[in-house]
Amino acid sequence: MNRSIFPALPALILLFVFFLFPVVRMLGFSVEGGTFDWYAKALGEQLYLRVFWNTFEIALLVTFFCLLLGYPLGFLMATTTPFWATMGFIFVLLPLWTSVLVRTYAWMVLLGRNGVFNRTLIEAGVITDPIPMLHNFTGVLIGMVHVLLPYMVLPIYSAVRKVDPAIPAAAAGLGASSFAIFRRIYLPLTLNGIFAGSVLVFVLSLGFYITPALLGGGRVIIIAVLIEQQVREALNWPFAAALSAVLLAATFAVYALAQRYSQPVETTR
Amino acid sequence: MSRRLLVISCGLIYFFLMLPLLVVFPISLSSAPYMQFPPPGLSWQWYERYLDDPQWIDATWRSLYIGGATAVLALALGVPLAFALVRGRFFGRTIIDRVALAPIIVPHIIFAVAVYGLFAKLKLIGTWYGLVVGHTVLALPFVVLVIAAGLRDFDRSLEQAAEGLGASRWNTLTRITLPLLRPSLVSAGLLAFISSFDEVVVALFLAGANMTLPKKMFDNIMMEIDPTIAAVSVMQILLVSVVLVLIGRFGRGLKDSAR
Repeated sequence: MNRSIFPALPALILLFVFFLFPVVRMLGFSVEGGTFDWYAKALGEQLYLRVFWNTFEIALLVTFFCLLLGYPLGFLMATTTPFWATMGFIFVLLPLWTSVLVRTYAWMVLLGRNGVFNRTLIEAGVITDPIPMLHNFTGVLIGMVHVLLPYMVLPIYSAVRKVDPAIPAAAAGLGASSFAIFRRIYLPLTLNGIFAGSVLVFVLSLGFYITPALLGGGRVIIIAVLIEQQVREALNWPFAAALSAVLLAATFAVYALAQRYSQPVETTR
Repeated sequence: MSRRLLVISCGLIYFFLMLPLLVVFPISLSSAPYMQFPPPGLSWQWYERYLDDPQWIDATWRSLYIGGATAVLALALGVPLAFALVRGRFFGRTIIDRVALAPIIVPHIIFAVAVYGLFAKLKLIGTWYGLVVGHTVLALPFVVLVIAAGLRDFDRSLEQAAEGLGASRWNTLTRITLPLLRPSLVSAGLLAFISSFDEVVVALFLAGANMTLPKKMFDNIMMEIDPTIAAVSVMQILLVSVVLVLIGRFGRGLKDSAR
């Protein structure tokens, strides 16, 4: 064996003993007794199919809105002066590194029945009854878009940075409109960043737990929440394991597709 | 014209990003006994309540030392791993690369449940070192990514010069390589610390009765919304700001740390 692998060994031991082994061990519970009944239950019953569909729908919508909000931000940061780019980074990174709990709590304060938004709208006379924005689909969506937006902005920023500014400048000199410059130059040249950001956001939303658990208030059940309930409340390990296996398979499938059609999303190379 | 439109829409998006961080400041200073906005008056009562409650203080200390231990362990394991991945030439390098980054990709809830199952067997639930191990697994990919990025930009001719002048490999490592990598090491350590200090999902399962700060916050939010959380949130935001300033000042630029 090549000696250059030696420095990696302590970390690898940790990853094998405390990461791969427990995950594989837990997934093994799903086929205990040699049956696939738990998978049949997870993928066959209307109730649980609904949960998978909810998860997928939320992940898709979160990805869409992150792209809608993230592209302009990444674009502006990549094309502005260094000072404003740094300011832009601070305002993206500060939320990114603020605890998800703090942000989720703040959204509860903002969106609640007596929250900041409803109070403001009622006092301004725009509405008479509070709009339900918390403990439902809308609340979960807003909270998740907020948490995951930075993961979209950063890959788009680096993609736009790589576009040679001479190309749009030449196009503008030849009379192209800004829309044409965006559609014919930036969009095709930054597809890679869009793709990388979307895959990352989509995969992270599939397995998201905290924000849906708190902002959904038990009414928006997505797969991560269901797994937690099965382990902690129902104590049904085999079923939780089957659900985890399905979630994991979906996650890996998205990554595998992404790796096929673009450069790897994350790698040490 | 369209540039102005872009700037205005980005202003709104930044407002959306910062609004939740800003709203907790006035609420933490509210004199009302429950969540009310705008606050009817100002008071420090929620900060006092936090400081006077041994449960909050305990949870804070526990999170601080678990975060510190996680940063040390993640660096001790992750730096050599990054060296092996970037400089090593061995069979299975690509697979190890995937394994090292897998904790980012595997949903935290799955890892949390899995490690909970194992630690329940090993009687490690509720121990601080059990949490350190769990958090180290999650922090390792951050350390590897940051250090690997630092190593790729590394000018190896400096090491060759040292060795050519007769320095031992150990001397080259400790006097040339690691000092030059210091910005990456600082960023990696601080990121590992913050990732542990903020971590909820694994803590939810592994902490048992020994609350970490995020677990205590999660439980409080679940039960009742009381502005003490806002006071804790403000302190958390300030701590993260300090860490980001430290990374910006001593670490490898803010932009790299995000990758």
